[in-house]
Amino acid sequence: MGLEVTDLRVYYRTLAGDVKALDGVTVAVAEGEIMGLAGESGCGKSTFGNSLIRIDGRMRHVGGRVILDGIELPIADGDAMREFRYKLVSIIPQYAMSALNPTRRIGRMIDELLESRGVRHQELRTELRRRLLLVGLPEAVLGRYPIELSGGMKQRVVMVISTLLDPSLLIADEITSALDVSTQKAVSQTLVQFRDEGFVRSMIVVTHDVSILYQVSDTLAIMYAGRLAEKAPTEELMERPLHPYTRLLISSLPEMGVRFEEERLAGIPGAPPSLLNPPTGCRFRTRCPLADAVCEEQPPFVEVAPGHAVACWKAT
Amino acid sequence: MLTLERASKTYRVGAFGGGRLVAVRDADFSIAQGEVVSLIGESGSGKSTIGRMILRLISVNGGRITLDGDDIAALRGPALRAYYRVVQGVFQDPFSSFNPIFKVDHAFSLLRGLHGGGLADEAWRLRVDEALASVGLEGGQVLHKYPHQLSGGQLQRVLIARALLLDTRFLVADEIISMLDASTRIDVLNLLGDLKARGLGILFITHDLSLANYISERAIILRRGRVVESGPTRAVFENPLHPYTQQLLGAVPRLHEKWGTGPRSGKADACCYHDAITTTHETGLPAMVEAEPGHFVGCANLYGVCPGDTGAVVRATA
Ligand SMILES: Nc1ncnc2c1ncn2[C@@H]1O[C@H](COP(=O)(O)OP(=O)(O)OP(=O)(O)O)[C@@H](O)[C@H]1O
Ligand SMILES: Nc1ncnc2c1ncn2[C@@H]1O[C@H](COP(=O)(O)OP(=O)(O)OP(=O)(O)O)[C@@H](O)[C@H]1O
Ligand code: SF4
Ligand SMILES: [Mg+2]
Ligand SMILES: [Mg+2]
Repeated sequence: MGLEVTDLRVYYRTLAGDVKALDGVTVAVAEGEIMGLAGESGCGKSTFGNSLIRIDGRMRHVGGRVILDGIELPIADGDAMREFRYKLVSIIPQYAMSALNPTRRIGRMIDELLESRGVRHQELRTELRRRLLLVGLPEAVLGRYPIELSGGMKQRVVMVISTLLDPSLLIADEITSALDVSTQKAVSQTLVQFRDEGFVRSMIVVTHDVSILYQVSDTLAIMYAGRLAEKAPTEELMERPLHPYTRLLISSLPEMGVRFEEERLAGIPGAPPSLLNPPTGCRFRTRCPLADAVCEEQPPFVEVAPGHAVACWKAT
Repeated sequence: MLTLERASKTYRVGAFGGGRLVAVRDADFSIAQGEVVSLIGESGSGKSTIGRMILRLISVNGGRITLDGDDIAALRGPALRAYYRVVQGVFQDPFSSFNPIFKVDHAFSLLRGLHGGGLADEAWRLRVDEALASVGLEGGQVLHKYPHQLSGGQLQRVLIARALLLDTRFLVADEIISMLDASTRIDVLNLLGDLKARGLGILFITHDLSLANYISERAIILRRGRVVESGPTRAVFENPLHPYTQQLLGAVPRLHEKWGTGPRSGKADACCYHDAITTTHETGLPAMVEAEPGHFVGCANLYGVCPGDTGAVVRATA
């Protein structure tokens, strides 16, 4: 049945005022879909992922609904979320790999983790082993300390742990960014394998590396300053991007084969707006080459072709 | 010319420093002014160790590194200070490389002492303006700000500007853009291209092959502390000869082409002689062979003598 998010708003409270990190995000992820989520640093990707799991004391749920498999998630209520966390929706947080407790052996850590989530480990022991083997990890990793594992091995351990309870939705936040290319490829392909094996039904893969998302995701969503700029099937978004930001972003990527000497790529001039006092209207308008008076009005995020939605007055 | 002649580094590891870890073995290459050389390899392959040896942050304990023919390990006093002025480094994380309690102008002024007798105020200000201008910034934009008041891209450019305040001829850029956004990355890369055109020699350390391909004229592939392949970037990328290089290129996520299972050999992952390095250290290391002009590869397959391997096929075009 998948995920449906409607007009989600989550702000951070700070002394200077609210940081509007998520300001009206509407998106659906179908059952079986892997959605890639990309965008500049600070645009709200992690805030989006985290909001579906745990809204902590610094965050404030200002509005919007999240429905997963027909159930409305009580995202603002930490206690009520307990029964859904890890079982219905699970996350591999950004920096999870470096957050592994260095003084605990992997096996012991998994025991403790499952216990804290109220799961009897015995029942899952065989399945855990099976899955570790499936991602190419020998059972012996359970007796090792995090420091003894390579980055790719650690990341695969975290992936197996986060999906052990077969959640409906998994959010994977920047799980490949600290890895080198060969390991990135192995870890990304493991994500797809998890979906194919049915360990998770749908997935949101967050990274600012669009070329990785091109490899693994069915659809791609591009976020800008707390809102979605565009979402479309991956191939379509790459071939026919409609939002000016998406276009500039894609053209700034150094593709294999492009060389400085022959073709000089350009970045996107300017910087994203502060989310403390974001400009009215389209948030991209200070940097947008097409901006004019209509852009002082906020463009709605609307479907312009099947499965292709965009928030821009000039995109049709 | 900055030259590494069979430069090696062994770290002491373990409880009482009893263990030995060969981090870099016999690195042999040079960087001329006005060129970007990229040093590519997986995590732990010894890239930063090479950078740190060049910067003289750590000693070389086998072979030597020379600048215009002089062994840098022998430099003392004024000659050493001169070396630190000429060879500069910029590192991965801009936020941690900068002391957060200093504003940019103060952080810059700490370098003034390195200029032998020191510079007059006016001359120093000029130098700062020049350095900032060459990274596309103006003093007014950044000098009176703390690091947290700048974006990642701005801060990384400030760090490069700081490296240019001295009489820099060579720059070691260690993973300087992996923390930056795609749109900012390209700006910093283009900046390196401009600096190169002005005569700077740059060692561009990265594990991102498409960035290396974009900016460098020569590429060096490092695996487990050994250079396994080197040559003009185009030659290495279009005609990779070492199974490890082929494997790396096969894993690069491309934009309009999905990862295939590819033609690469499954054996590449466990290249026989490189596995032997960690155990036997000295034996079984194939020499580098010049397969085409300037394009070197060290792979036993070239002689058909790789003991454990049957799969990898290497096309030598010599
Ligand atoms: N605890 C917090 N208090 C105040 N502002 C915050 C807090 N955490 C995040 N923010 C702000 O909210 C915005 C969104 O942050 P978020 O971490 O979601 O970005 P992101 O897209 O995940 O970025 P990155 O690619 O760097 O991980 C940013 O502007 C950030 O500065
Ligand atoms: N000070 C040190 N003492 C002992 N071992 C070290 C030290 N510094 C690095 N090493 C080891 O030397 C090897 C090479 O490390 P180095 O940092 O040069 O790799 P790298 O290629 O820069 O990796 P990365 O991509 O992760 O930055 C690694 O096995 C590392 O653990
Ligand atoms: S709405 Fe206007 S400012 Fe915003 S992206 Fe479209 S054209 Fe640019
Ligand atoms: Mg994030
Ligand atoms: Mg390093």
